Amino acid sequence: MTHIDPDAIRQGDRLALSRALTAVENGDPPGQDVQTALFPYTGKAHLVGITGAPGTGKSTLVNQLAKAFRHTDINGAPKVAILAVDPSSPFSGGALLGDRIRMQDLSGDPGIFIRSMASRGALGGLAHSTAAFATLLDAAGFELIFIETVGAGQAEVDIAQLAHTVVVVEAPGLGDDIQAIKAGILEIADILVVNKADRPGAENTARALEAMLGMAQGRGNFPPSGKHLITTFENTQEEPIPAPADWEPPVLCVTATEGKGVAELVSKIREHHTYLHDSGLWQVKEANRLRRDLENLIRDALLKDWQRNLDEEKFHSVLEDLIQRKCSPMEALERLL
Amino acid sequence: MTDRKIRVLIAKPGLDGHDRGAKVVARALRDAGMEVIYTGLRQTPDMIAESALQEDVDVVGLSILSGAHNALVPAVIDKLRASGMDDVRVFVGGIIPEADIPALLDKGVYAVYGPGTDTQTVAAEIKAALNPSNN
Repeated sequence: MTHIDPDAIRQGDRLALSRALTAVENGDPPGQDVQTALFPYTGKAHLVGITGAPGTGKSTLVNQLAKAFRHTDINGAPKVAILAVDPSSPFSGGALLGDRIRMQDLSGDPGIFIRSMASRGALGGLAHSTAAFATLLDAAGFELIFIETVGAGQAEVDIAQLAHTVVVVEAPGLGDDIQAIKAGILEIADILVVNKADRPGAENTARALEAMLGMAQGRGNFPPSGKHLITTFENTQEEPIPAPADWEPPVLCVTATEGKGVAELVSKIREHHTYLHDSGLWQVKEANRLRRDLENLIRDALLKDWQRNLDEEKFHSVLEDLIQRKCSPMEALERLL
Repeated sequence: MTDRKIRVLIAKPGLDGHDRGAKVVARALRDAGMEVIYTGLRQTPDMIAESALQEDVDVVGLSILSGAHNALVPAVIDKLRASGMDDVRVFVGGIIPEADIPALLDKGVYAVYGPGTDTQTVAAEIKAALNPSNN
């Protein structure tokens, strides 16, 4: 196992960065060392999540967004990283990662770094290491990080806990207006995009989404986007929510293949970034994310600890009793813990 | 404890537009438990080397049906080596005349596969190429 030089990563050595990402993904010890060494340099990047059902055009949209941010920023273009997650096969553990196919325009730009990730069994639309990847890219100086989730259905909402800004991509013809008022992925949107807006039915989709948002606001106490995440753990002492000017998620029509509507999306993403900073939500989100990361680390460590001290024989005898219906799962738990 | 996966880049350099073979191989390697990155058609050697670097792959598979392999394969290998990826293994698939194979192997390709190759052979030989000691 080779040593990875954290300074090389900060100075823009792309091979060192890439190798570090692999070490982190595989859980190799040098990966942990490099994360520790680079942690002080993180916390600057704007993490933008792109999520939505399979085939709504997320990769194409990310391609256009990355191009737009690289070419149109007047105050010096930000360095852009893209993390694209695709599912692993539940049978073979293998994966076909095809998001780069839509991102060929971006090659040759040294200010862009794209990494494909397999979900490796994680269910929330991201991979286990996606958050760690984002912090490494942050430390490597990437100011804007797009995180494209697995083609998500309704409940894959991990991205809301990781990204500062969540863009949910819809396409015409994927469901009626009841889909639009179901809980889940639409609730986490800071910005809603109706992609493939050149297709018939796009206006109806946009209208259904706007109506959904209108209903939410009409109810008065429905938490506006972003804020509900902050009160996930109500029994724990999280930062109190500052009283920000409300952010109303806009609904934008985009035709990503032609670049139509992309400029408006870019300015909404910038606007949301400003809003997060002005309202103090940025710090709250960061604090809550670090808290959750820590809780996850503790959970993983406790689990590993338990597995290490596990009495295999006892476990199997309890399991056998459980299979024979001689004890209930709760009783089995009591005997094992 | 590590959770290592073999990562493979399947790339189509040059101008031919037929990627059925590349997709069949990509699918087969997925089924063999590997993480396969497919980059689509008409890639330049620079693009392939850059993708291989960003994805930190163990293996690059080049699918070429155009007859330009004698130019493209060495170009890709030179770019890979120039960007510090000395340990990446390369195989070639497609329509490659027998007479051209020795030169490609000489250049550092570890295998050349023609039409009709069993995809399980491709997967097994990737594993062998990455763990020479296990043979």
